[in-house]
Amino acid sequence: MKVHVDAERCQGHGRCYALAPQVFESDDLGNGVEIGDGVVPEELYAAARRAVLNCPESAITIEEN
Amino acid sequence: MSTDERFATPLIDRVMEERAENLGTANEVIDGPVDDFASDFDHTDPNWVSDPYPIWDDLRERCPIAHTDRYGGAWLPTRHEDVAAVAYDTERFSSRSAVMSNNRPPLEFAPAGISPPISSDPPFHADARRVLLPAFAPKAIERLEAGMVEFCDSLLDELEGREVVDAAVDYAQHIPVRVISDMLGFPREDAELFRGFVHDVLESVNDSVEVRFAKLGGLITYLWAQIEDHVANPRDDLTSFLIDAEMAGQKLDPVHIAGTMGLLLVAGIDTTWSAIGSSIWHLAAHPADRERLVADPDLLPTAMEEFLRAYAPVTMARLVKEDMEWNGCPMKADDWILLSFPSANRDPEMFERADEVIIDREVNRHAAFGLGVHRCVGSNLARMEVRVALERWLARYPNFSLADPAAVRWSGGQVRGPRTLPVTINS
Repeated sequence: MKVHVDAERCQGHGRCYALAPQVFESDDLGNGVEIGDGVVPEELYAAARRAVLNCPESAITIEEN
Repeated sequence: MSTDERFATPLIDRVMEERAENLGTANEVIDGPVDDFASDFDHTDPNWVSDPYPIWDDLRERCPIAHTDRYGGAWLPTRHEDVAAVAYDTERFSSRSAVMSNNRPPLEFAPAGISPPISSDPPFHADARRVLLPAFAPKAIERLEAGMVEFCDSLLDELEGREVVDAAVDYAQHIPVRVISDMLGFPREDAELFRGFVHDVLESVNDSVEVRFAKLGGLITYLWAQIEDHVANPRDDLTSFLIDAEMAGQKLDPVHIAGTMGLLLVAGIDTTWSAIGSSIWHLAAHPADRERLVADPDLLPTAMEEFLRAYAPVTMARLVKEDMEWNGCPMKADDWILLSFPSANRDPEMFERADEVIIDREVNRHAAFGLGVHRCVGSNLARMEVRVALERWLARYPNFSLADPAAVRWSGGQVRGPRTLPVTINS
């Protein structure tokens, strides 16, 4: 699984890094970004999916395996 | 310290001079009872204030974009899809005034507006917002949490021994006032003044432009005194930060500085006060939810998002830029849009069982903090305040209930929350 935050759509609600702090982090302005290359280890699939489903701007794309 | 020419003329003199020449457009004040919310809505109507949800549910079915001649003409989209479309369309809808009243600020105030960045349009908006964002990013907010815990505990100490307390007046209202006045570096003893300013800006919206403007003068004079004090005695707070801040290589105009300070003060206070109060109100009225949260405090962050969805405190406003037909509505330039994020959050097209409060709701794309480029800049702060306020309350007074449901009073206008909330805490 791989996730990516679209910087154009993200408005910094911060839901992704609150719900999946091992997958997403905040930049200096509070916008969400995926950690590293965005590849999600299996044990974090549920947290990553939950982050995607709670983004108010629908700014996160997810590639399932 | 060398003299900063920016602060040579008192702001109130400058603003009075500018506004005396151009007050913007004032319209006739229409009051009196509402006959039909589809064609004559008023967000200060007593029925709307006490329980707006059935009104919005009805409009979503019957007339999803309602209209009123009040406030000089306004539209009310009630569906999530339409609310989002307006929020994303900064080309056709201006943020020149975020509060709907009987006065449209002069067009010359664009693109900054009177309280940047909430009143700003692109491209000015992004730069003005960027100045503020680091101060409200998660890392900056984390540092405030320990002080918040201590302050909530001190308020709860004061309630010890009483049977009935007012959760809005004795608890919720103090929390955001303390946080934002500390952040801005204002005297803590001025708390009562701040609540007065908030009332003047947000709740006296149906006053005439002259009355509203006179009230605003008190806020401007207060902010100016704080600016002068900080120019003379700089310190580590948001006011000194704004005085020194630069935007596109230029220091900020005092009108911009005071406008942003006023925004942080007003927007930071009764919004969060409302969110804390509505959450306590819900838990006081729903013992099963309260007991579940007491037994499982880890559920609180999820439950809190549901309270924010179901009882979203904040409605915004926009102004139509030019005459146009929008989703079948004949909109005129300078018509208001009352942008109801609270109604969007109750749209069954967007949320399953939208009218129910489900404290373990897993999928919750709510818009309580807005959508698009104007997303609430203080959302990380607000979430921290609400979470800590509820955690500390539930830990100290796990058994509480409404002392008198009929005595609960809600604020009117664009920010909704309980202002009187009698709760029995030792039953």
